[in-house]
Amino acid sequence: MKKIYYLWLRQVKKYIRSPIRMVAFVVQPTVFLVMFGYGLGSSFAAGGINYIDYLAPGLIGMSIIFTATFSGLEVIWDRQFGFLKETLVAPMSRTDVMFGRTIGAATASTVQGAITFIVAYLFGFRPVSWGAVLPAFFIVFLIALVFAAFGTILGSLIEDMQAFQLVVNFLVLPLLFISGAFFPLENMPSWLELIARVDPLTYGVDALRVLFADIGHHDLTVPGDTIFLVVLAFICIWLGGYFFEKVQA
Amino acid sequence: MIDVENLTKKFGDLTAVNGVTFNIGQGEIFAFLGPNGAGKTTTVKMLTTLLRPTSGKIRLNGIDPVAEPERARRTFGIVFQDSSVDDDLTAWENMDLHGVLYDVPDDERRVRGEELLKVVDLWDRKDSQVKEFSGGMKRRLEIARGLLHDPKILFLDEPTSGLDPQTRNLLWDRIRQLNKSEGMTVFLTTHYIEEADLMAQRVAIMDHGRIIAIGSPAELKKQAHEERLEDAFLALTGKSIREEEAAQSAQMRGMGRMFGRR
Repeated sequence: MKKIYYLWLRQVKKYIRSPIRMVAFVVQPTVFLVMFGYGLGSSFAAGGINYIDYLAPGLIGMSIIFTATFSGLEVIWDRQFGFLKETLVAPMSRTDVMFGRTIGAATASTVQGAITFIVAYLFGFRPVSWGAVLPAFFIVFLIALVFAAFGTILGSLIEDMQAFQLVVNFLVLPLLFISGAFFPLENMPSWLELIARVDPLTYGVDALRVLFADIGHHDLTVPGDTIFLVVLAFICIWLGGYFFEKVQA
Repeated sequence: MIDVENLTKKFGDLTAVNGVTFNIGQGEIFAFLGPNGAGKTTTVKMLTTLLRPTSGKIRLNGIDPVAEPERARRTFGIVFQDSSVDDDLTAWENMDLHGVLYDVPDDERRVRGEELLKVVDLWDRKDSQVKEFSGGMKRRLEIARGLLHDPKILFLDEPTSGLDPQTRNLLWDRIRQLNKSEGMTVFLTTHYIEEADLMAQRVAIMDHGRIIAIGSPAELKKQAHEERLEDAFLALTGKSIREEEAAQSAQMRGMGRMFGRR
């Protein structure tokens, strides 16, 4: 437990000490809020819903999955700079090493989600009830956990930084657009909606949107979304441990 | 303490380690001596669970590192050939994290960490991030960190490359002392002949993935009919300079993995 805590602490320290990452934490959601908020907002106004209230949960979801998935790059980074070996030969199970890394990355991604929330608030987003904010951040952490574990899996399998970025963009962008983060799923063709059903972010965004804005997808519920994400988080962490165990250096 | 039988590692067409067999007794200091690309590091990586052997048998203190990697990792410590410290952390944080990962108790971690950092002359810089360090300072930190705990078996993969003479002496003194007091078994690889001659009770000369001679430095000199171990080494391995074949094959391997072939 102490070892996992120290690995978590290492990850958090690395984030805090990197001014560029901290700036990116704030700049990224701001840019997207401006782009989507003013760009799509005007065409969306006809629907009768304040678009920022609709958009903010989706943007929070987006900022989490980018930060979380790209944390897999740290595995490749550590491999190139040698620190990975230090943890690979340490007298502890690699699943624990992987778990320490994953919750470290999930913590950073949750912070990113919180910053996006604050930026959206400054842009006029108002959650329907403040009581829902805490459960919403539990969902934020679950999404972060799922995608951080997913990133670690990719980082264990891919040794090349450029290839990693290519693969992540290729996988994350479709997951993002199909999840309903930016537009309602109801308007999609039925085959696309089917794909949306296997996208973890669909459930995350739905839960966030219900909790923050009281707008939900017609046949998804917050408890259902939560269970789906919890189960998936377990599976991803288990799989991440499995692949991390196989890493050679 | 270390028993290796017919150990082989292939990377595609290249056989990096080819049917290597040796035994190292408890409390022995054993050196792998060989030119670049001889397969020394690949052997160490297989012994320390970083690479899976293609075939062959390994026992570390009776434990098979392929079948029980986690148990095997509890028996050894290692100082790597290239850097494995975290640049974003401070010198002290690197030491502290290592101590925690290796189950060194809190008090001991503080006392020994301070002592070791003072010895390698980094105590004044303990709160500086490692990225501000020179190559030599990083190397010293690496050595200090490797000595923070006393494992049953210590692997040193070309530990003195890029090390100043002072730290080199410190390292050898410390290792001799631990070897005497704790009966620690030491496995080191080097291409410095003097080092093998000075430190090791037995030396294996490795070339092209095979052990071509094994014995005490005195025996090896006798076998090659040479006065100095250096001449014995050259007589046994030849005088041509080696290409870094291993580095190239590792790159190709990386490309293979990129496409999911493992």
